[in-house]
Amino acid sequence: MASIELKDVRKAYGSVEVIKGIDLAIGHGEFCVFVGPSGCGKSTLLRMISGLEPITGGAIEIGGDVVNHIPAADRGLAMVFQSYALYPHMTVRQNLSFGLENINTPKGEIAAKVDEVSKMLKIDMLLDRRPKDLSGGQRQRVAIGRAIAREPRVYLFDEPLSNLDAELRVDMRGEISGLHKRLGNTMIYVTHDQIEAMTMADKIAVLRLGELEQFGRPLDLFNYPRNLFVAGFIGSPKMNFLKGAVSMSDRSLLTLNTGEEVTLPVEGFDHRAGQNVTLGIRPNDLQPAETGPIHLNVAAVEQLGTESYLYGELADGTRLTVHNPGQTRVQAGERVALSYQPHAVHLFDNDSTLSLRSAA
Amino acid sequence: MADLTSSRRTGILGFLTATRGRERLHWTDWVSYGYLCLGIFLMFGPVVWLVLSSFKDRNELDRFPPRFLPYAQETIEVDGFDEPLLAFRVTEGDLAGELVGQTRRAAGRAEVVVPANPDERIRLTTDQLEPVEGIAFATENYTQLFERFNFLRFFWNSTFITVMATLLMLLVNSMAAFALSKYQFRGRNAVLLLVIGTLMIPQTVVLVPLFLIVTELGMFNSLWGVIIPGAATPTGVFLLRQYMITIPDEILDAARMDKASEWKIFWRIVVPLSAPAIAVLAILAIMWRWNDFLWPLIVLTRTENFTLQLALNSFQGELQTDWPSLLAMTVLTLLPIAAVFMFLQKYIATGIASTGGK
Repeated sequence: MASIELKDVRKAYGSVEVIKGIDLAIGHGEFCVFVGPSGCGKSTLLRMISGLEPITGGAIEIGGDVVNHIPAADRGLAMVFQSYALYPHMTVRQNLSFGLENINTPKGEIAAKVDEVSKMLKIDMLLDRRPKDLSGGQRQRVAIGRAIAREPRVYLFDEPLSNLDAELRVDMRGEISGLHKRLGNTMIYVTHDQIEAMTMADKIAVLRLGELEQFGRPLDLFNYPRNLFVAGFIGSPKMNFLKGAVSMSDRSLLTLNTGEEVTLPVEGFDHRAGQNVTLGIRPNDLQPAETGPIHLNVAAVEQLGTESYLYGELADGTRLTVHNPGQTRVQAGERVALSYQPHAVHLFDNDSTLSLRSAA
Repeated sequence: MADLTSSRRTGILGFLTATRGRERLHWTDWVSYGYLCLGIFLMFGPVVWLVLSSFKDRNELDRFPPRFLPYAQETIEVDGFDEPLLAFRVTEGDLAGELVGQTRRAAGRAEVVVPANPDERIRLTTDQLEPVEGIAFATENYTQLFERFNFLRFFWNSTFITVMATLLMLLVNSMAAFALSKYQFRGRNAVLLLVIGTLMIPQTVVLVPLFLIVTELGMFNSLWGVIIPGAATPTGVFLLRQYMITIPDEILDAARMDKASEWKIFWRIVVPLSAPAIAVLAILAIMWRWNDFLWPLIVLTRTENFTLQLALNSFQGELQTDWPSLLAMTVLTLLPIAAVFMFLQKYIATGIASTGGK
């Protein structure tokens, strides 16, 4: 079993703490994505799991064994690097077989394995070329093939698609997902792209500034973000945030900073009367309407045919995005009223930025 | 370049005779060809002079003013004489224009014979005689290196020192450079500064202490006494380190994930990827070692241990210098290094260009 458990894992460079105590449990065969903005420590965390970066606190368990002091080579992991990190002076075949040679695999077995892996990844016609003669996508496949060839317990991917162009990225995304289904191994995948996270992951860990903000299934993160950061990070386009204060007399009324009054759901939220809160509404939960509580000065309209986006500002300067299925008649420069379904909103405390949704 | 192609001449000749002017020579043609010819003269003049001089015999070398090509006085076989006689042409007197062979010469007078009449000795003053000379290559300068001196022994000593010292130096320097470029450890910068700092100490300062150490270790008068002290050079460590820094750490990490030991990473990843820099260092090391003089002079005192450079030096005595042997051996000493340079010069250019970074 190759489950991975992190217990209060910490990393400090001198007095600077970059990983501030992370607890995480990844089950066997799960595809877990670490996501976060750059500098959040997600790559460092991955390298700590791999053993390439020593940890300064806590414990890492792989398959139930603490591996804190086991060198990278002996943890039974394989890693795909952002820059692919292929050996430039070796052919693709040598790149694929290098790891197997290091564990003294018989020659015949190496050849068979290289054959199998290269066919699986459709790089069998490239075996005698060197990395510099390959395209970005081909290099990526070789890098993945190098990881597969050794049959590790766990695969680690460090932003493997960030050097590819958009179209290829979508293809490779599908292939890596397919690979996970076929191999059934535990995989940890680091990315800053929340779309990659949403589409590939069984579980997502959102990291910020060395701390774990939320860990869970993609749709749980989307539907029940624990705080403002996760709410803003997961989902594209970003969730709209409107600041205001709950009415003193009525918990179902919120006065926005613009002076407009909107209704709040009372069920399921723990807000107090008079509390300063942030109202979160996803762009697709807002609709232009004849009458509505919020008024938007439209600055730009994007018509994509099957869907359209309105971008604009509220009276207090808050930026807002509205996603409209289908086409819209609204034009830039207009002022439109927006309505929303009260049950679709999120509510966060302004001070702690935590969600005010009551624990179900 | 456009002007070059417009002259519609291709090949080496076309390249060498390319001009800017279409019909007449442009003034820049004069300047550039003049400059290039001066360059060729400065570069090759001494070498050509050396090679030609190495074919001159002792008399020709002593001659003043010197002549460019090697000349030697011709000899003629005359019946009745066992040895060939030096050939002269008579310039004045009864025999003016006749070719004669000189039998004896003393105090401004010479005794000669006419080849047709070998029995009659004729006495003439030396200013009536002009030597008959022709171009002749004194190859005995070279053959006697092998006959009278142990040239092959010197050659072997030089080669052994150069090859062993270069190999040892590449090994030691690349390992040091690997450690200094790819491992994080306390005091790394201090070690690097120390290594580079030794560049600032002239060799002459450490000469005596180094000599004492070598003697204590029993390497005096041994080829290893020349090889080992020069095994680690700060220049080499620095050159290789600067190159190895440009190898991405991710490749090394990838190898570590591939279960490669650090030793294997060094041999299979770092050394092949540093090949251009190592090639440059190898060439430099070969040149340094081959041409090294001062240190071998101190450590090696017995003739059978001499390198070529020391042997060359020994031709130069206090009272007399054996110029023909000296020049011939100099030419032979130059040849290997020139060959190394010719075959590897493209690595020098590309290597030096790429050691500075990407």
